Amino acid sequence: MEGMQYLRVFLTFARNSLIRDMTFRANFILESIASLCWMLGNLGFYALIFTHTPYIGRDSGWGQYEFFVFLSTTMFVNSLVQTFFMANVDEFSELIRTGGLDFALLKPIDTQFVISLRKIDWSSLVNFFAGAGLLVISLHKLSVRPDNPLHVSPTMVALYFIYMLCGVAILYSLMIGLSATSIWLGRNQTLYDFWFYITNFSRYPMEIYSGTWGRPLRWVFTFAVPVLVVVNVPARILAQPLRPNSSLSFSLAAFAIVATVASLLGSRWIFNRALLSYRSASS
Amino acid sequence: MSARIATWWTILRICLEERLVYRGDFALGTLMRFLPIVTQIFLWYAIFEARGSSALAGYSYEEFVAYYLLTMVSRAFSSMPGLASGITRQIRDGEIKKYLIQPVDMLGFLFLSRFAHKIAYYSVAIGPFALVFFLCRGYFHNLPAEAATHSPATAAAFAASLVMSFVLGFYLEASLGLIGFWWLEVSSLLFVYMLFNFFLSGHMFPLDMLPQPWRAIFDAIPLKYLAYYPAAVFLGKVKHADLAIDLCVQFAWVVFFIGLSRFMFQRGLKRYSGFGG
Repeated sequence: MEGMQYLRVFLTFARNSLIRDMTFRANFILESIASLCWMLGNLGFYALIFTHTPYIGRDSGWGQYEFFVFLSTTMFVNSLVQTFFMANVDEFSELIRTGGLDFALLKPIDTQFVISLRKIDWSSLVNFFAGAGLLVISLHKLSVRPDNPLHVSPTMVALYFIYMLCGVAILYSLMIGLSATSIWLGRNQTLYDFWFYITNFSRYPMEIYSGTWGRPLRWVFTFAVPVLVVVNVPARILAQPLRPNSSLSFSLAAFAIVATVASLLGSRWIFNRALLSYRSASS
Repeated sequence: MSARIATWWTILRICLEERLVYRGDFALGTLMRFLPIVTQIFLWYAIFEARGSSALAGYSYEEFVAYYLLTMVSRAFSSMPGLASGITRQIRDGEIKKYLIQPVDMLGFLFLSRFAHKIAYYSVAIGPFALVFFLCRGYFHNLPAEAATHSPATAAAFAASLVMSFVLGFYLEASLGLIGFWWLEVSSLLFVYMLFNFFLSGHMFPLDMLPQPWRAIFDAIPLKYLAYYPAAVFLGKVKHADLAIDLCVQFAWVVFFIGLSRFMFQRGLKRYSGFGG
């Protein structure tokens, strides 16, 4: 029954945000167009790269449309994170600094839930639909190519969505964990930037991190800070199901589940520990 | 004249001291800004590997990495965070009244404070920059004879284009900010500018990669002088006569935007009604 109540609170948050967005409709449309343009610029950049090379990485199998599947997965994950969590987590450190967190603590509901989902940024969802368009086009191109066409099965699609949500959960955990530390540090602008730069590593296929410097990087961003599995695992399920080293993919997929659970539990623990040290600022 | 120089000097000194308050945050932030380049280095390595390592758009892999590092330098000169939005805010809040009642020219004051900001920035950022360039020195070993590492003339042209990219970046953003006299809210316009700046200035890739007619279009707009051009000059990609012509064109753009911002400021003041404050 408690789950139902949380769902109802969430739906109220979602409706209120939508009402607010619709009050400033022109602004909403401008913001949607802006994030769409940003996405188109990126797409143009990658299209330009593929006019100069057939693949990213030798024998990696990341050709243009395989990579576009990867790119649309990045768009899905990022737009979901931005829609539901980004603005809230961004505001969290501000709430700590100003003492506004008191009001969240007083509510008879889980604090992490209120903090994380209070405001929903509907305009970021536009990239989710743009990503869906790009995904459908790329999958179509891959399945009609003459040599080695791709067959997409319902199982693959189901797994794809499950792992995409795992990716969202991992990024969310990193964000909330990092911003909870601002209870101890006071101000953490650089830390927040740091989060931005770390996710930068999730944007490309993990094969590119090879060699003396690449291997340790890949290790760190897979096992210590699991941002590499965020996009790589779901994208691989759809774009490269028939890679010869599928046993590696299997263990990577199993690891992604472990990483998701661990990140969620870890960030929850950090969040609760940080709350214990919260001393309300003047309000 | 000496009174004016004394004023400028005071402005410069105040802004310098103000800036150096947060030097720890500064140095860390600068180092962080190199992180995206790490992924770029790996990305381009993978691309060159897939191509069988022949030159791409006239760039070898080493030159590619050098290019990215050098655009960081040009952007350290040309980027003006918060300048345009600051000017609009001051217009909207009525804060620019203080320039109107004091014998200080607003654009001149802002220019000097940016100049001081940059000096302060370089004095701290030179550490992280030197560290990164030292670690990446291998990418600068096999540059052609026209590159700034071999030819003093290219090095001088590089320095000139950097200085001009600072002035150009300042007056271009100032002109954008002064639109605030006519429109109260320019944040969406600034977003579009940022978007264009990001993709068209050569910050993401060397503009030589573009096919025609895009190449010609990108060449005709001044944004390329903010990131691409100084880096290309350093690497010896712009040769002989072209170099001189392009430097003159850059200079012409600088003069154009100085004139434009002065003109806009004059015209804007006539409309200005000084709300708030």
